[in-house]
Amino acid sequence: MRRRLGAAISAGWWRCLSVFGLSQKRWRSLPRTTRRAVKGLVWTGIGLLLVAFLGVWEWSALVIAAIVLVLVVPSWNRLVVSGHRIGQWIPTIAILVLAVTYPFYASSTTGVSTGLPQLPVFGTFPLMSTMVNMGIFTMMALGLNFVVGYAGLLDLGYVAFYAMGSYMAGWLASSQFSQVNVRFGGIGVIQGLTGIHISIWLVLLLAGMVTALVGIVIGLPTLRLRGDYLAIVTLGFGEILPQIARNGDSLGGFNLTNGTGGISPIDPPGFGSWLHRHFDLPANFGALGTTFDRTYFWTILVLVLLTIFCSARLRDSRLGRAWIAIREDEIAAAAMGVPLMRTKTWAYATGAFFGGVAGAFYASYNGSSNPDEFYFQISVFILVMVILGGMGSIPGVIFGACFLTYLNSEGLNNIGAWLNGHFGPGGSDFEIWHKPLDVPQYNFGIYGVILVVVMLFRPEGLIPSSRRAAEFHEGVREESLYDVEHGAPISDATEAV
Amino acid sequence: MPALATILVALLVVWLVVNFAKGPAYFTTIAFIGLTNGALYALVALGYTLVYGILELINFAHGDVFMLGAMFSATMLLSVFHLTPHASTGKLIVAIVGSLVVAMAACGILNAVIERVAYRPLRGAPRLAPLITAIGVSFILEDIAIAWKGPSYVSVPSLLPKGAVFSVGGVTYTWEKFIVVLITVPVLLALTWLVKRTRQGKAMRATAQDRDAAAMMGIDVNRTISFTFLIAGALAGTGGLVYALYFGQVRYDTGYQLGLIAFTAAVFGGIGNLPGAVLGALCIGFIQAFNEGLVWHAPGSDWTESIVFGLLILILVFRPEGLLGERTPEGA
Repeated sequence: MRRRLGAAISAGWWRCLSVFGLSQKRWRSLPRTTRRAVKGLVWTGIGLLLVAFLGVWEWSALVIAAIVLVLVVPSWNRLVVSGHRIGQWIPTIAILVLAVTYPFYASSTTGVSTGLPQLPVFGTFPLMSTMVNMGIFTMMALGLNFVVGYAGLLDLGYVAFYAMGSYMAGWLASSQFSQVNVRFGGIGVIQGLTGIHISIWLVLLLAGMVTALVGIVIGLPTLRLRGDYLAIVTLGFGEILPQIARNGDSLGGFNLTNGTGGISPIDPPGFGSWLHRHFDLPANFGALGTTFDRTYFWTILVLVLLTIFCSARLRDSRLGRAWIAIREDEIAAAAMGVPLMRTKTWAYATGAFFGGVAGAFYASYNGSSNPDEFYFQISVFILVMVILGGMGSIPGVIFGACFLTYLNSEGLNNIGAWLNGHFGPGGSDFEIWHKPLDVPQYNFGIYGVILVVVMLFRPEGLIPSSRRAAEFHEGVREESLYDVEHGAPISDATEAV
Repeated sequence: MPALATILVALLVVWLVVNFAKGPAYFTTIAFIGLTNGALYALVALGYTLVYGILELINFAHGDVFMLGAMFSATMLLSVFHLTPHASTGKLIVAIVGSLVVAMAACGILNAVIERVAYRPLRGAPRLAPLITAIGVSFILEDIAIAWKGPSYVSVPSLLPKGAVFSVGGVTYTWEKFIVVLITVPVLLALTWLVKRTRQGKAMRATAQDRDAAAMMGIDVNRTISFTFLIAGALAGTGGLVYALYFGQVRYDTGYQLGLIAFTAAVFGGIGNLPGAVLGALCIGFIQAFNEGLVWHAPGSDWTESIVFGLLILILVFRPEGLLGERTPEGA
């Protein structure tokens, strides 16, 4: 039904255009770059018109539109210079440069957004703290992408790994276990402070490894379950681990997690005095003051780049190809000699690793690991990022994570303020509702709508990987032999694919 | 593994016996609480099992349909029937039956609409797609509840009489608990009759067995599935009414918590199996009540979720077909 609707809209569209002498055939014969440019310009025009209609007209909208056009319209990957396809790196490098220099043009040193004018509807540019969160959630979403996107296993308890990482940082870099006194490269630890203080850089790695181990322990008994059962079991673990964290202040009389109070303070990372003296790297992130957020931002950027690198390399490795084979057809993959259990467990462990690192980093950034942060909604929040952007697609997942984190931290607030200002009580346009609307309160409902709409209309996500898209559209005619809705054999429908 | 299971069950039995010996009257009172909880869980668990049996879909939104059912019931009881504590028996019965009908109809229709909008278009898609939309719908329903009733608890004053049905040796069985069973049992009997004896029930069973074959036999599969969702929703509505009457506090996230427990009950009994869901729900009800109520070495309410989910994981790993289910290729 959906497909027929789409076909009808497309047919109507081409009929309209053919009045002006542009047939579908002629359009297809145009060079690809021209087509992209025209498409991009038309969409930009529509967007700008909408913005103008809504009464917000800022030059920043034009600048952003121009940047997006330059990045999207030309087929950059066709640019070949002396045999090297350097063109494909241009959009990536441009985005990276924009990201790295963000603290200089978009916000003042105190993290308040001042450098750029306000965006229409969305308001100010994201604060530095939001940018750090974006990085952390991007890392987690990329980690979940190993499990959901590559191996096709639905994990509804990813928050357990995040919690595990966070508590690893809490245990190994704070004064939680004051019975012992262990120090190893901890930065900024006051002399005479008891507890385990290990350098955060090492803790990040350890947290990742221990969390991966937890992933394996969880995965081994459960991974032979079929898709939806696995989802529920992971959900179960995602509820149990945080509950242990909440109740862990007296496990047999031992204070493991400090209960609902959480563990704090957690040591900040730093490079130590030697590197500070010789290379001007910050000695201790905790003592930075105004450049605190941006230093964390660059650090998480490096971690995200590492994650992207691992994602891309693992995807193309023997293991990654095995994951994708399992996702596409488990039985066929097993018949081809892919060891199901081992391959799935590796997907789980890899996903858990990055979740753990991100969790530990988050704990270090916040200075605490708090059980209130670990609940089911966060698991789904990360899942929405992966699904919105496109399961298995690295750029898609990054986009989804950044966009949704932004919405969650500031975007919904800003949009709500804008909506209330224009349509709320005493609004400048028309007063539609008479009590201020609390948009951020409905955040998870909005994510729910995103989940449903994406699954119904674009299951491959906004920036899909071509392979996954093909899979989703092929899947439609897989299930039943007979189309019970229209009474026609399914084989006819394949033409529409 | 059987040895481990035997040891666990033996420990459980010892624990129960010691607790019983320490205070038989108290133990029985706690058991009555478990029975009441179990009856409530059965209503919700049946909805999961019905839908899973026919579509093999974990209807994640079911718990939230139940939660909206409780909110419908609270509204009906308080704002439409203006029921107050210590109302006359006649008025109480009229109000309960009236609210029950409205809650069942509203939740049934809501559930059928959800199926039509969010699950039917994905009938042929990869298996996880409808599960993901179900999670989305669950969040949407929670936000509908927030928009309707706000983020804090909706309270229903205790409307049911608290007098004793019978009292033997210090153990009293109160009317409020008995009314829960009194509402639940007829609904369960009606459901059994519907599935076993009617034409529509036969169509449901046929569709659950083999959708394609059922379609070839002239069964309108989509209508049957819609009907199943309607029934499941109506059961959730009944559960909602019972919850509003008995527990008296509903919030937007009530459905998520209780839904997961009910789902565990459905899996425990053998998902897709109707008597199994009831049995599983009673077991979970007892486990929860004993855990929260008993004094001798009970982990306490802080650990209820962990115990229920731990149980769920153990069952799914070691006996995916549940207590009464048949062995299916799903698990092993």
